[in-house]
Amino acid sequence: MRELLRNKFIVIGGSIILIIVIIVVFAPMLTKYDYGAIDLPNKQQAPNAEHIMGTDAYGRDVWCRIVYGGRISLTVAICSTAIAMVFGTLLGTLSGYISGTLDFVLGRIVDVMMAFPMLLLSLIIGIALGSSTRNMFFSIGIPIIPMFYRLSRATTMSIKERSFVTAARSMGSSRWRLILRHIIPNVLPYILVIMSSAMGGAILAESSLGFLGYGIPLPTPSWGLIVNDGRSFMFTYPWTTAFSGAFIALTILGFNLLGDGLRDHMDPKIRTAAR
Amino acid sequence: METLIRAENLSKLYFINTGKTFRKTKFTAVNDVSFSIGKGEVFGLVGESGCGKSTLALLLLRLANASSGSIYYKDVDISELSYGAMRKYRKNLQVVFQDPYDSLDPRFSLEQIMEEPLKIHHYRDKGSRRDLIVKMFSSVGLGSELLKRYPHQLSGGQRQRLCIARSLILSPEFLVCDEAVAALDVSVQAQILNLLLDLKDEFNLTYLFISHNLSVVKFVSDRIGVMYFGNLVEMADTEELFRNVRHPYTAALLSASPDPDPESTKQREILGSGVPSIINPPSGCVFHPRCKYADEHCSREAPVLRDIGGDHLIACHKADMVKDGGARA
Repeated sequence: MRELLRNKFIVIGGSIILIIVIIVVFAPMLTKYDYGAIDLPNKQQAPNAEHIMGTDAYGRDVWCRIVYGGRISLTVAICSTAIAMVFGTLLGTLSGYISGTLDFVLGRIVDVMMAFPMLLLSLIIGIALGSSTRNMFFSIGIPIIPMFYRLSRATTMSIKERSFVTAARSMGSSRWRLILRHIIPNVLPYILVIMSSAMGGAILAESSLGFLGYGIPLPTPSWGLIVNDGRSFMFTYPWTTAFSGAFIALTILGFNLLGDGLRDHMDPKIRTAAR
Repeated sequence: METLIRAENLSKLYFINTGKTFRKTKFTAVNDVSFSIGKGEVFGLVGESGCGKSTLALLLLRLANASSGSIYYKDVDISELSYGAMRKYRKNLQVVFQDPYDSLDPRFSLEQIMEEPLKIHHYRDKGSRRDLIVKMFSSVGLGSELLKRYPHQLSGGQRQRLCIARSLILSPEFLVCDEAVAALDVSVQAQILNLLLDLKDEFNLTYLFISHNLSVVKFVSDRIGVMYFGNLVEMADTEELFRNVRHPYTAALLSASPDPDPESTKQREILGSGVPSIINPPSGCVFHPRCKYADEHCSREAPVLRDIGGDHLIACHKADMVKDGGARA
């Protein structure tokens, strides 16, 4: 734990994420407004004492919408990325390690998935599963699986040829032990790097689905939705888009730093050099 | 001498893509090799790069599956055992690889590396695991203060000592050293070789010692096998082999090994035409395109390994003509 805190990236990235999570969890205490309350006389106000981040085109308080919207965006980003990461990495590693028929079958399935534009695939899955927050995780997570699958498969194929894997085999290590103790820990650093970009992609995908009307049912806001709300007035009244966009950027930055930090922390070469 | 490990007509074919769709070409990495290693023996295996030495080692240890032939470990045929059934034999058959940088998991500390084989074989007590490791560390000349370190913090020689310690911690009977010193400095090579010989006596080991370096093999081995292009071409006791070279390939190999005497006027025998194509191997004796004694008979019929007396086995039609071939080396 103390070693973990010695890593600057982990501390900064972790703090950013922690603060955002706190804001989102305690949303009701941080605002006196209702995120859906329309107040047309006060529409499109610049940030002021009443509305610290201004109001949008319907006069709704932007700060209020952002703190509530974060609940959706964060859960979707974390859960769908987690789904993609777990399935993608596991299948990719197995596919790369076992090769043969399994690799061929999975490879073709992934090829088919990649032939669809990501958003279209999300829509198809979303419509097939029906609209609910939980199904949202799958409809956004599943299209990201190929990204993790491909990377972990390629990395596994190069790692399994290395002598330390053969050495583990010669010691009598079972196949599962080989995969879980030797291969996956060596694949993980590569996975963590794309994790943060997948996270950003998931937030954006959620907003795109919302924009098309297949996201989280209205009137619940999400960050992507708020960005979209402000988009039409971006040049005359940029506040809505700017603030919600900033939160998305900050969240992705936080996960990025955290991912990089964890990657470095897992590498003994970097960890021991920092001492 | 009791036989510890025996290979019978071992062959390994690989299939490679040639660029043509649905057409794979086979090539023979190990071709019909039979030999046995007695308990307590050091068997040296020499041959140029790519001649199948390492593949043969992987086959013996069942780290690669043979295409045909069998492997006996103390009269048990281990060549057909499943992955799971093989696991309990693995304890007795260990290996040290050439590259000490590649054969250690970079994410494991030295202690974790050493614990891994013990955990696999259910040594449950943490304290007794630790004792075993510390004892093994002192046997190979590593200090136990290194246990918390990681492989990248060690030198090449230390890493190879660690690899040796790891392979010996399960007290195996048979150890394969696959070019175990090739990646090390010459001075460190000597240290590791002496260590290996000391450990052999301490732990009652049998070695298969693979190298392309003749002087190294001569130094450690009781018996030597020479491989060329997947075939075992000559096999004899070390002394007999160096005194009475009978295969033209071995003769050429010996003449190529450097002589420390600067005044030496040793005649080098240069082999022409390079190693033959693996996809399109020569007919008859695989060595005939490079052999100065070869005639039409050699290109037609492959010689079989035969005993020419004194446990000296050779696969050559022209063995009688090579009588003085290795005398100078």
